[in-house]
Amino acid sequence: MLFEVTADQLDPDRVVEHVQRDEAGAVALFYGVVRDHNRDRKVLHLEYDAYPEMAAKVMQRIAEEVKERFNVVEIAIQHRTGRLEIGETSLLVAVSSVHRSEAFEACHALVDRFKEAVPIWKKEVFEGGEEWIEGDLSAPDA
Amino acid sequence: MGTAKVRLFARLADLAGTREAEVELGEGLTAAGVFDVLVGRHPSLSGFDAFVRFAVNSEYVPASHPVRDGDEVALIPPVSGGSRAL
Repeated sequence: MLFEVTADQLDPDRVVEHVQRDEAGAVALFYGVVRDHNRDRKVLHLEYDAYPEMAAKVMQRIAEEVKERFNVVEIAIQHRTGRLEIGETSLLVAVSSVHRSEAFEACHALVDRFKEAVPIWKKEVFEGGEEWIEGDLSAPDA
Repeated sequence: MGTAKVRLFARLADLAGTREAEVELGEGLTAAGVFDVLVGRHPSLSGFDAFVRFAVNSEYVPASHPVRDGDEVALIPPVSGGSRAL
């Protein structure tokens, strides 16, 4: 398995090559991409912060969970940090399996779990301000 | 008693104006207690104790987790995707 948190551009060829096996007939690859709007705001760019050592551990744990739940052959995940412009890739999740349905389902589950648990945060810089995008715990007004 | 290293991220790092701190460990200091020490130094963090989660040495722990000499305590704001449940 491959888990990387990096300030460099992500490398889809690398994650796909990492999961390819002779016995795997399917590879699913998810791209998370920076979009130009959120909640009716025009987004200018995003800034990602991460706790890289812990992020790698949490990715490994959720990948092991998903591997156990679905019939997965191999998993690779990369997340980028720092400033990302509209259209750039922030997340790659690649999963290989013997047949296609497991690869699709496991990839979907991995992306969902990733967003709940992995210590990576994004700050949205929009027209007129900026804001850390946080989960459902209410924060005091800062 | 020793010391612990504290790491701050995202909004909490912005509010405190720092990404790292060192805390002297008093008797029975917990992860939540470490946060209280940081609030004393950076009042802008006050009120965030219900919002932060804790990790010690890169593992999520409850607020009551005891902190030991040499531990790395991370103050973890909610991650971007959503729920707190693991």
